[in-house]
Amino acid sequence: MTVVSVKALASVHRSVARSRRSRGLWLALLIAALVVLTILSVTIGTRDVAWAEIAAALGGAQETIGQAAIALRVPRTLLALLAGAALGLAGAIMQGVTRNPLADPGILGVNMGASLAVVIGVAWFGMASAQAYIWSAIAGAAGAALFVYTIGSLGRGGATPLKLALAGAATSVAFSSLVIAVVLPRGDIAGGIHAWQIGGVGGATYDRVLPVLPFLGIGFAISLLSARKLNSLALGDDVAAGLGEHVAAARAVASCGAILLCGATTAICGPIGFIGLMVPHLCRVLIGVDHRWLLPFSALGGAALLLAADILGRIVARPGELDVGIITALIGAPFFILIVRRQRVREL
Amino acid sequence: MTDHTLVATGLSAGYDGKEILQGLDLAIPSGRITVVVGANACGKSTFLRTLSRLLAPTKGHVLLDGASIHRMPARQLARTLGLLPQAPIAPEGITVVDLVSRGRHPHKSLFSRWTRGDDEAVDGALAATKTFDLAERPVDELSGGQRQRVWIAMALAQETDILLLDEPTTFLDINHQIDVLDLLTDLNRERGTTIVMVLHDLNLAARYADALVAMAGGRIHAFGTPEEVLTEDMVRKVFGLESRVISDPLSRRPMMLPIGRHKMAGNEAA
Repeated sequence: MTVVSVKALASVHRSVARSRRSRGLWLALLIAALVVLTILSVTIGTRDVAWAEIAAALGGAQETIGQAAIALRVPRTLLALLAGAALGLAGAIMQGVTRNPLADPGILGVNMGASLAVVIGVAWFGMASAQAYIWSAIAGAAGAALFVYTIGSLGRGGATPLKLALAGAATSVAFSSLVIAVVLPRGDIAGGIHAWQIGGVGGATYDRVLPVLPFLGIGFAISLLSARKLNSLALGDDVAAGLGEHVAAARAVASCGAILLCGATTAICGPIGFIGLMVPHLCRVLIGVDHRWLLPFSALGGAALLLAADILGRIVARPGELDVGIITALIGAPFFILIVRRQRVREL
Repeated sequence: MTDHTLVATGLSAGYDGKEILQGLDLAIPSGRITVVVGANACGKSTFLRTLSRLLAPTKGHVLLDGASIHRMPARQLARTLGLLPQAPIAPEGITVVDLVSRGRHPHKSLFSRWTRGDDEAVDGALAATKTFDLAERPVDELSGGQRQRVWIAMALAQETDILLLDEPTTFLDINHQIDVLDLLTDLNRERGTTIVMVLHDLNLAARYADALVAMAGGRIHAFGTPEEVLTEDMVRKVFGLESRVISDPLSRRPMMLPIGRHKMAGNEAA
């Protein structure tokens, strides 16, 4: 064995320690941002509420209109945090599974699949319960993911990033047309569906958020435990197999996590796009490509971004509100173009 | 270093129903460097892929210490048999030390933590491939030769007794080709790693191989020492090329000089 100088060894360990410290720093900043955003989200709204009233409302009081408004903002904030974390994490998983820098629950058609399933359930089967919404959304998300992956795998070379992105984009457009086709003749449900279809966290109540918690919990667990699998998949299928990974099984397990997260989120918030695209990219710039860090960072970053977008939506359109789905699309579309225009778009 | 037997028996394999390997038998010599050569589409890459379990055989078996590798738990196999495919692609922005660390994957279970042993394996791999000074650099920024050394370091961090490589010198300048082959020879001598690789260049194959395998039409045409295998007759039958085989004055190994229609001393003058 070649003798390595102690100095060189020490330098590698120092660099590893340094990158761990910088991750720790970003983590602290991200958590601080989440705390600030949470406070802002509870205090900022279409109605100005005095601090004393906010304090009283957080204590459970709901006697004044101001206090009632705060009581609405708390579950809304909670939902924004959960949905953002779910979408950010799902985006990171999808980009890892497909080795595709453009993968996103929206772009791969998964959210639209969930959306279509819910709309069909409401329009044709009179579906109304939260459980029915969630199950049909998850089934729709899974169906869309399977469909897009199958279409993208046809032909030589299997599921390449480009084929997957094209199959996803085409499927997404087709599904959103189907959603319109299903809703169009149904004036009775059109209003509600349209409001939901834009994607938002307004009007959240504990009763609506609670039923999805188990689904999100399982989705978070499966996704976060897939980090090592994604790390080996990132090296290409052959290398991953050489490292003892069951490539197809690893993809399937990680995808299940992402599908649960997307389905459950879409069931209550409607299809919210671009969070899953933007957040993992930003996190990669901050902390690198190791999924053991990237996945939790993407979850926290997604929560921060969605909450920030929701707060922004309450400020820019006063005295009304812009739904968060519109804000994320406004920020996300230029971001998407930026990534596509970068010359280095290639397999992750 | 433990001795292992890696044996292919009656091995047939292919893609889309087309059989490329046709009933191939070979026992890989343990602790040696075995090099597979042959014309394009003779099945040498298919053989390596089947040997490393990337491709399931249609007939026959690959037996590692008597057990079929296609039925063995993947992680267990990956602790004995490592693999470096042709021209692997690193994720954008990954650093050398991160990439090499991923070679530890088969030694980790879902909840196990990074240990001092893992650190030592990664350090050892970086040291053996002289990539220590590159450890913090992004793999994207390295030259082709450096990048290949980093990938070999990743395979080394896996700490397998057998290492399979598919054309590890492709796309490299000649100086880096020699560099990589010297490095693999170091590994073989210092760690006793059994190495099986596909090479394109017959003369480099003959120089670095302990055992040479010449394949043609999905079968083994010849197997033995470079002296036994690299003959004018073999080159004619396997590559369809007339040649002269002489002794390489530097390595005393056989060396093939192709005979073409032009530029041959004697016939150009005429």
